[in-house]
Amino acid sequence: MSDLLFDGPEWTFELLGKAHDAIEDIALNDLGLDVYPNQIEIISSEQMLDAYSCVGLPLMYQHWSYGKRFARDEALYRTGRQGLAYEIVINSNPCISYNMEENTMAMQTLVMAHAAFGHNHFFKNNYLFQQWTDAAGIHDYLAFAKNFISNCEEKYGIDAVEQVLDAAHTLQTQGVFRYGRPPRPTAEEMQAMQRQRDGFVSQKSVLDLWTENTLGREEDPSADDEVKRRGDMHLPQENILYFLEKHSPVLQSWEREILRIVRYLAQYLYPQKQTKVMNEGCATFTHYYIINQLLEKGLITQGAYLEMMQSHTNVVLQPEYDDPRYSGMNPYALGFAMMQDIQRICENPTDEDREWFPDIAGDPDWKSVMKTAWADYRDESFILQFLSPHLIRKFKFFMLADEAKHPHLVVSNIHNRQGYRDIRSALAQSYDLAYLEPDLQVQDADLKGDRELKLVHTVRNGIVLDPKNRDEVLKHVRRLWGYEVSLTARDQKSGARVSHTSTAA
Amino acid sequence: MTGPTDAAGEQVTIPAKGIKEPVFGHSPKGGFRKHVLPGNKEFVVGDTIPRPKGGAGEGGKKASEDGEGEDGFSFTLTQDEYLEILFEGLELPDLVKKASVETETIGTRRAGLTTAGTPNNLNLVRTMRNSLGRRIALQRPSKATYDAVLSELLELEEITSPDEEEQARIVELRDKMAILDRRRKLVGYIDPIDLRFDTHVPEKIRNSKAVVFCLMDVSGSMQEREKDLAKRFFMLLHLFLERAYEHTEVVFVRHTHHAEEVDEETFFYARETGGTIVSTALTKMKEIIEERYPADEWNIYGAQASDGENFGNDSEKCRNILIDDIIPQCQYYAYVEIVGEEDEKLLSDSTAGADLWQNFLQVKEAHRQFEMRRVAEPGHIYPIFRELFAANKSEGAA
Repeated sequence: MSDLLFDGPEWTFELLGKAHDAIEDIALNDLGLDVYPNQIEIISSEQMLDAYSCVGLPLMYQHWSYGKRFARDEALYRTGRQGLAYEIVINSNPCISYNMEENTMAMQTLVMAHAAFGHNHFFKNNYLFQQWTDAAGIHDYLAFAKNFISNCEEKYGIDAVEQVLDAAHTLQTQGVFRYGRPPRPTAEEMQAMQRQRDGFVSQKSVLDLWTENTLGREEDPSADDEVKRRGDMHLPQENILYFLEKHSPVLQSWEREILRIVRYLAQYLYPQKQTKVMNEGCATFTHYYIINQLLEKGLITQGAYLEMMQSHTNVVLQPEYDDPRYSGMNPYALGFAMMQDIQRICENPTDEDREWFPDIAGDPDWKSVMKTAWADYRDESFILQFLSPHLIRKFKFFMLADEAKHPHLVVSNIHNRQGYRDIRSALAQSYDLAYLEPDLQVQDADLKGDRELKLVHTVRNGIVLDPKNRDEVLKHVRRLWGYEVSLTARDQKSGARVSHTSTAA
Repeated sequence: MTGPTDAAGEQVTIPAKGIKEPVFGHSPKGGFRKHVLPGNKEFVVGDTIPRPKGGAGEGGKKASEDGEGEDGFSFTLTQDEYLEILFEGLELPDLVKKASVETETIGTRRAGLTTAGTPNNLNLVRTMRNSLGRRIALQRPSKATYDAVLSELLELEEITSPDEEEQARIVELRDKMAILDRRRKLVGYIDPIDLRFDTHVPEKIRNSKAVVFCLMDVSGSMQEREKDLAKRFFMLLHLFLERAYEHTEVVFVRHTHHAEEVDEETFFYARETGGTIVSTALTKMKEIIEERYPADEWNIYGAQASDGENFGNDSEKCRNILIDDIIPQCQYYAYVEIVGEEDEKLLSDSTAGADLWQNFLQVKEAHRQFEMRRVAEPGHIYPIFRELFAANKSEGAA
């Protein structure tokens, strides 16, 4: 009687169950992972394409842009230019993973180890997900959003809803709180919200316009006023969608709700954008560990192991910069290599490791070191903390300085003693979303004055906004704000004005 | 009816205006950036590299990762897809008869692979894949190995007086050769179990044929405008039927006071003068059906366009030919009367009309596969066409 979980390429639900239990045993009792209950669904390629178009969520409200994505993915898939993922996993409780039905049994096993335990553990334990996402509530929220938006379409017309969604989507990256929680409502605002619920103050800002200006309660606009006004509006504000939702004088309450939905989903997905390397690294490390354990225990054949390893090596392939396949760093490759490196530093540290990582080098319990890393870091801080000289040499990293004034790029650092720290911090920075995405803030909006919404772009290192897109987005912002919108670009260091654009012009 | 029907590969491209999703993003050019890249081979600090074309290194790529590479995104519809949309929801009338007219022939369809078959069906790729796998698994010595041993052996044998070591080596090599030979014979290059053949299974193929009769009045009263409208209608009908039937033929019959069968070019562009006797065209159509298109083999469609004028009491004759001879053989017969754009009375009131219209109204009462409509401008054609072939059309007309 052999202990094999399966022998042969075909999967059945009984075999999947058996494999799942074996994986779970290793994941929980050996690796000590902490996961949400699993819900594993087998889906067809059509359903996978559907899931792609819904940005990987199980439910999504309707918008043409998702159809556009579907058309593109489907065409790419059908013409053979793009394969489909083996699985998609959703940060929810229970953790849902969708596995492709055409996977072989060996692949299903690999995919379960990867998604249902690797990603799942990461979702449940990483601080970003814990603080910013509500895994238990996301399904209900998505269902609410979908219903709400389709009700709006019936009530106010498809075109009206589409216009708001189009505009809101352009501001998705400006619809998240990057550093702090949303401002807590004051007692006064809580009362206002209550009245809003009663249907009274959906147009509070408009009311301000009328009562204060038209009915002539004239007051001298003093400096104190400005401070108070900006304080009341929580200015400056990086979350432009939040600001528009709360303070736009022209939006109906249902339009505000739509902005809230878009903003909420952007915030829900924001941790995933910040942890691509770690999330994939964690899942890849987990499946690698688990399949090796399965082989060691004699639960899978060497054939199945080889099939899994073939897929594994494909996934963690990092082409070099001059390779035609090169398209930036592969998050699987970097994440997996760094996590293996952490294990190595714990188990077999060199003198260099002891110098660079005094607190983990030689740590007898690499598993808990790893779990701490998974829990307390995001891509940027993870790389800054854990990228070792050993790995920098292994990847043969080098750094190019690209100054637009010069006709040439200059090799500023390579993988040697002088270069390690600079390369590490530059690579870390290239994963910092707050750095990658433009720094835009609402500076001011005086509803009693010119009512112009003043946005400021802080220009870092002379990198300006793409003007064509900028102007398009500003038109959308104007639609949501109702009055003119201006955008001033200021240099971060000198504070000098770089450019000024306004919808009024 | 040239144009789309002939140019099967023609594509209808709808420009992608309005599906952009702009976002605030960094410009790919300008400023100061740092890039970290893997795979350094020969660079040392201070080396310079010419700036890659198309902006600043990775910058260009980031822009497309953000989804902006889709500026040129456009839907390209093939003709089939376009027609699919154009004719969406339309149905062939009187499907009952169509089914009985279908003939079935036997064709073949590919149905995977088998282990036995005729040499002409041999699937080389699959066969060689099996052969290669088997040879690797059973460790058949490759030709290269064999040749290496052989050449070494020959070299040694050429030495006239080999020393002891060389002799021992010769013996060793001969043994090895023998083993290799035996293995190569034992494990064949291609074994019968490697063979894979394509198989085909017979399949019934529905075969249906349709003929469209286009009847048009070309007398002096039909000017370019009227002909253009008629052409549009015929064209739509032809495209629609072509989708439904494997084989569609078109017969053009034009008439003044006499009718003749002509080719497409003549039908639409040649000028003719004379009186107007509609029944001549119908008689001609009847003759052609009897001659070439027996109704039990062909699905017959009639489409007639006229400006509604007819000679004397010829309209009654038309009615009789239609009711007694033509309509019973037809799947469908559509009559389109082209009126002036100012004839609002005629357009709004379907019971009003000249002699021919009145008689055709009677035909309509007698046969439900007869339909008639009036058009005055190009914009009317498509809606009317949809009306004529609307799916689930109410049976009230029967």
